[in-house]
Amino acid sequence: MKLPARQSKPGRNLPLPVLRGEYPVSESKLHRLSFTLNSTMECVSKVEAAADRFAGEAGLDEEERFHIAMAVREAAINAVLHGNEYDPAKKFTTTLENTGSALVFKIADQGKGLDPETLPDPLAPENLLRGTGRGIFLIRSFMDEVHFRQLHPGTELTLVKRLAPARG
Amino acid sequence: MALTIASREVDGVAVLDLSGRITLGEGSVQLRDAIRELISKGRKNILLNMGEVNYIDSSGLGELVSAYTTARNQGAGVKLLSLTKKVHDLLQLTKLYTVFDIYDDEASGIASFK
Repeated sequence: MKLPARQSKPGRNLPLPVLRGEYPVSESKLHRLSFTLNSTMECVSKVEAAADRFAGEAGLDEEERFHIAMAVREAAINAVLHGNEYDPAKKFTTTLENTGSALVFKIADQGKGLDPETLPDPLAPENLLRGTGRGIFLIRSFMDEVHFRQLHPGTELTLVKRLAPARG
Repeated sequence: MALTIASREVDGVAVLDLSGRITLGEGSVQLRDAIRELISKGRKNILLNMGEVNYIDSSGLGELVSAYTTARNQGAGVKLLSLTKKVHDLLQLTKLYTVFDIYDDEASGIASFK
């Protein structure tokens, strides 16, 4: 996939804020936010809240916000649980970007790597009663594009939600 | 909001009134423990009232499935009552709607065990 080229407008090349504690409210109007976070569920919840807020600021309705926040939460859980395995020495990063035509979320971990081709289909009859394996499926269901990139070590997921053209 | 669970009995059916989120770290473990406790006490008929569950993630969906299979393996049954729209939509998306017996009103859910 080729993502839309980032435009170098004034104000878009500011240093990226790093999340420390609460959501950086004063930076909330930026078109790009980047967080480096500990591998904890508390940080997953912060990323989920940030994604919900980011989608709200982009003008998306409640259902779309719900889907985006859930997809980003699932990706963050993958990073923390399956990627970094709660290792306090490993961080995960999240970047939220509004390109004007799409919301782009990147979640990267420092784990062993994830091959999406090996994931079982959770809708297959033989997998319906499995207790795990639905996270990536939900992400793919709720986003317009999902891409995996191997980082050696780690995996980066890119989630894209296209925005409707502005009316007017 | 984390998950809260209240237990009651109606006509021999154990009803768990769930409220809040069923997610990794915020309710999955509580639900698992509650189901296991009922089964360990020999309860065979379990109805999960989901009317106040406003959020469930993939882990929570997995926990519902595990509750279903754990109960079935012990000769018990877990059924669902009063799904919110969000939970209903997720169960449809994941085809779990085809796994569970789901009821809109409590009387029908209770009667289904007889």
